[in-house]
Amino acid sequence: MKAAIRPQSSMSRRSGSLIPDKFRLFLFASPFLVLILLFSYFPLYGWLYSFYNYRPGFPLSETPFVGLQWFKAIFSNPTQTQEVMRVMRNTLAMSTLGILTSVFPVIFAIMLTEIRTTWYKKTVQVLTTLPNFISWVLVYSIAFMMFSVDSGVVNKWMIALGFQEMGINYLAQDDHTWLAMTLWGLWKGLGWGAIMYIAAISSIDQEQYDAAKVDGAGRFRMIWHITVPGLMPTYFVLLLLSIANFINNGMEQFFVFQNAINKDHIEVLDLYVYNTGMLGFNFSFATAISMLKSIISIVLLFFANQLSKIVRGESII
Amino acid sequence: MHTQRRLGDWLFHICNYGFFTLFTLLCLFPFYYLFINTISSNDLSARGLVTLYPKMIHFDNYIQVLQLKGLAQAALVSGGRTIIGTLLTVAASAFLGYLFTKHKMWARSFWYRFVIITMYFNAGIIPWYIIMMKLNMTNNFWAYILPAVVSPFYVILVKTFVESIPDVLEESAEMDGAGYIVIFSKIIMPLITPIAATIAIFSAVSQWNSFIDTVFLMTNSKLFTLQFVLYKYLNESTSLAAIIRNSQGAVGNIDLTNKQTATSIRTTVSMIVILPILFVYPFFQRYFVKGIMIGAVKG
Repeated sequence: MKAAIRPQSSMSRRSGSLIPDKFRLFLFASPFLVLILLFSYFPLYGWLYSFYNYRPGFPLSETPFVGLQWFKAIFSNPTQTQEVMRVMRNTLAMSTLGILTSVFPVIFAIMLTEIRTTWYKKTVQVLTTLPNFISWVLVYSIAFMMFSVDSGVVNKWMIALGFQEMGINYLAQDDHTWLAMTLWGLWKGLGWGAIMYIAAISSIDQEQYDAAKVDGAGRFRMIWHITVPGLMPTYFVLLLLSIANFINNGMEQFFVFQNAINKDHIEVLDLYVYNTGMLGFNFSFATAISMLKSIISIVLLFFANQLSKIVRGESII
Repeated sequence: MHTQRRLGDWLFHICNYGFFTLFTLLCLFPFYYLFINTISSNDLSARGLVTLYPKMIHFDNYIQVLQLKGLAQAALVSGGRTIIGTLLTVAASAFLGYLFTKHKMWARSFWYRFVIITMYFNAGIIPWYIIMMKLNMTNNFWAYILPAVVSPFYVILVKTFVESIPDVLEESAEMDGAGYIVIFSKIIMPLITPIAATIAIFSAVSQWNSFIDTVFLMTNSKLFTLQFVLYKYLNESTSLAAIIRNSQGAVGNIDLTNKQTATSIRTTVSMIVILPILFVYPFFQRYFVKGIMIGAVKG
């Protein structure tokens, strides 16, 4: 039928146009595909720099080719091995803490749905998701103001309550850096992280709860036997994604919170790459680390995806 | 037995309400704390004497701080990238998402994957920086805009949404001889406003909050964003002191208790950076929630 009405639809619908539809559509898309090519694929060319001894300001053709020297340096040069080990330890520690605390949004969601006062529930939800929408610079600014040694409210109150003799510079110490970073992450992300679980809970069949109530099940039994199993699929997907991102814990948070004192424990991979490449001008070595990190990330992603296929029968990407 | 359970219930609710009240206050108090410090006497604020309520209220800080050298420029850059970036991102994601629903497109599934894969893979920050340098994207305002124009996640959102719209509408327009661009702007665009609004909000917030790109790419202070300037003010107390010294002459003789201090400048700039978010947040909160839900469905 259609073909009878539009006999030339495979060529061109409009008279006077010589480009077939399929290429016309591609032409419309092409400027955007070029942008993707330039900003997402072209950077792969930058990997070449890890095989040279590159210094900013010189063209690549005039820099000596060094082969795998930088990759070997990671394992053979004791100082560099030590540095990379330290940075890896920080990265893995913070990712592990992130995974361990990923149950908190689940608990948050379960407890919030136990609250029956609607306006209260709404208010809590709106206000606790707010920190998610401010930048890490602002989080740092807030930390800076509140924990400042001589004008911050935290020190003022701690002294007034008699817990401290005098002001402590909380941000410039290295005793609990991993924990502090995890807590800031929780402050920023807990309410937001719970939203998905709250929605998942509301989609659980209410009849299950009614039936359980008839059988005399208490609050915690219902949570344990109905709510928690209902949330498992969502939790599992997010868990797999965090495994895929295990060495990808971002840089902004650690960049803003870093200082000379906490540097040993705060430097995660991306931050280390920035510090050696952009500040230390060891471009090629930083590129080598960058490149290894990208490759490991991809391997982890495939691993998580395979795991998902086996367990859920569905891929995550 | 019965009374015992009721008692347990009571205890549970008290703990539950207690926890949520506490955590909500913990989320809210920092914003309140910053705010009362910007409107209190600068002298008291610098000595840490403003903790629970404002003292000697005045609003000079907002006027004076905006006159600081470079701050208005930074606000312009931040505002500019937010507006231009958001408009382009929404238009591009919507158009590309629409095009990808057309099965006729040449090698459609290949190009779709070509776009989507970039969500999971990047070359690493230093290789990226090298290429940005090669593309002349250092000290260039467009470095804030162009890399963000096509965002694979938004393309997925639009594509899924357009696929849920019945084909009949489009087919009748095609019959009338309308081209893809006309169909997109006259028929598709009005239908996808909810998803376009969600994308606009997300993209605006991420443009406004963006920070690390300035760190990497910009050395020209004319292109600094508010976020970057705030970071500098927090970390470079010496340059801040110089700014304060310079500002005294410029703004004339003010009451000594309200002359700018490091604290007043830091809190006021922070507040200026937060305000747009606080302002749009209540209106668009439901879009944020909708966005994460659609994202969750598609994963």
